[in-house]
Amino acid sequence: MKILTGNDLKSGAVVWWTGKGWSIHVDDAVDAGEEWETVLASEEAERRVNVPYAVEAEQRADGSIRPAHIKERIRALGPTVRADLTLKPNDPDAIAEVV
Amino acid sequence: MYQYDQYDQAMVDARVAEFRDQCRRRLEGHLTEDQFKPLRLMNGLYLQLHAYMLRVAVPYGTLNSRQMHMLADIADKYDRGYGHFTTRQNIQYNWIKLEDAADILADLSKVEMHAIQTSGNCIRNISSDHFSGAAADEVIDPRPYAELMRQWSSFHPEFSYLPRKFKFCVIASEKDRAAMRLHDIGIRILKNEKGEVGARFHVGGGMGRTPMISPVIRDFVPVDQLITYAEACLRVYNRYGRRDNKYKARIKILVHELGKEEYTRQVEEEFQHLLDQGVEPPYAELERIKAYFADPAFEEGLSDDLDLSDPDFALWVKTNTNPHKQAGYVSAVISLKPVGGIPGDATAEQMHLIADLAKDYSFDELRVMHTQNIGLPHVKKADLYAIWQKLDAAGLGTANLDQIGDMIACPGLDYCSLANARSIPVAQKISQRFDKNGKSAALGELKLKISGCINACGHHHAGHIGILGVDRKGKENYQLSFGGSEGEDTSLAKITGPGFDEDGVVDAVDKATDVYLRERQDGERFLDTYRRIGMAPFKEALYD
Repeated sequence: MKILTGNDLKSGAVVWWTGKGWSIHVDDAVDAGEEWETVLASEEAERRVNVPYAVEAEQRADGSIRPAHIKERIRALGPTVRADLTLKPNDPDAIAEVV
Repeated sequence: MYQYDQYDQAMVDARVAEFRDQCRRRLEGHLTEDQFKPLRLMNGLYLQLHAYMLRVAVPYGTLNSRQMHMLADIADKYDRGYGHFTTRQNIQYNWIKLEDAADILADLSKVEMHAIQTSGNCIRNISSDHFSGAAADEVIDPRPYAELMRQWSSFHPEFSYLPRKFKFCVIASEKDRAAMRLHDIGIRILKNEKGEVGARFHVGGGMGRTPMISPVIRDFVPVDQLITYAEACLRVYNRYGRRDNKYKARIKILVHELGKEEYTRQVEEEFQHLLDQGVEPPYAELERIKAYFADPAFEEGLSDDLDLSDPDFALWVKTNTNPHKQAGYVSAVISLKPVGGIPGDATAEQMHLIADLAKDYSFDELRVMHTQNIGLPHVKKADLYAIWQKLDAAGLGTANLDQIGDMIACPGLDYCSLANARSIPVAQKISQRFDKNGKSAALGELKLKISGCINACGHHHAGHIGILGVDRKGKENYQLSFGGSEGEDTSLAKITGPGFDEDGVVDAVDKATDVYLRERQDGERFLDTYRRIGMAPFKEALYD
């Protein structure tokens, strides 16, 4: 699946396209479908999110979504070297899921 | 240390006001990201993996306790309670909000700091020897010359849009503690046989994807022509440096392609032209600046004796102090590399403690080191034990300077949008491995440097052992190299062979150090042994 991401204009936080808006939780991301370029253009024009782009991802059996590339997984879940700074603080699975 | 005059303060305050307005226009949607990006970068504001990142300049690495307290306050108020000291003597904050950026710059300006020219194709923060003004072996304090260059290069209209970023380094001792020859221009302040002060110009060094060691193009430029000569070097670069290819745009490529002789000829010609143009600031300005860098009021007649009966303290003194020009004093280094820690990171609490120590024990001076540590430049030996006890209690008493645990590591893929692989976890694993196996002390000086991409912010080309993280088909892979140095014996490391995965490169480093311990002769560092016996014995241990 293809999901859309960018950084929130005000906070710089990593955000994911939910079909209606943007969420900081990658699990809220939706498959952007065939029209993803139109969505990107429209959202770029809204200027709420910096330079949105599409990445490949997979939806796992439990419904969670993980980007295919390690860089995007680090963006989604936080730095692998500070468990206290992962998206869900001190989540023991977050770092293991990135690497 | 230098204090802003009304011009410095007015310039910084005006820039803060200008940037505040630019941020407002961006937040209100009047500017696109394409329009805003060059404006924010001119003020050190990047967009990295997790948020905006702000890079704050620490000119030639010198700052006082008030400034360090402010850096700590910013970490607490606007970031997540910590900052990252970089290999360019700067500090970076990783979790900045655009809404706060102008307020942060306003706070910085209250303590004579800013983030101007910490990004973009301009002259960046001037770096220097972190023991300037203190080291026993320096000819003269290089910082007044670095400050003069800072003033010359700040908002220089001709050099604000160079073909590529431009980095100066100024030192004044034969020993190179600042990687001087790996800068676009490295300047060594020295005295000639008549005792006159001048500058030796090394031009065209750098790391990145095409590492080069800068050649000397002029042995001695009289100090009252320093700025004019630098201007000539930049003018030739600005005129002929390549703007068509980002990867060939640094001055090192121009010097290499023109040849040192032709580049030098053109610089000399430009220099002669500029000598009549009134480029050089009045000598009185240099004298004015020098007054700010007068020695603090050192006590005379202090003893050099030290009670070393506490073995942990004795080890720290042996490892983490540097000889001072004044009897009874040393420069002490606070390692930001605890075992398993993140190289260069300091919490706000630690920064406040470091600031207090500077105030109480080091004439209110601190140094940010390119090795990602913090220096207390002027410490009475009699105060060392009290300082060490306070550091140790705060987790800052690690005795590992220039040892394998004192490695340089860039933020890597955990934070940086340019990185291809993570650097910090490799640094942590090596640190932990060598703490556990107890080999660090036996290995002695071993400078290990890790970069998470070819841009080489982690100086891997200059590591006795260098590690470069690359992306190989979506997986992190680490190339190992040996034989680099950023000291007075500057050399570039050579790749050992095929790369390793994260755990594999840790094992490989361990094996390489076994080869060194087996093969070394009296007094040899890892680097010396490698230079004597070559790559073959190491390759055999790593790949057979």
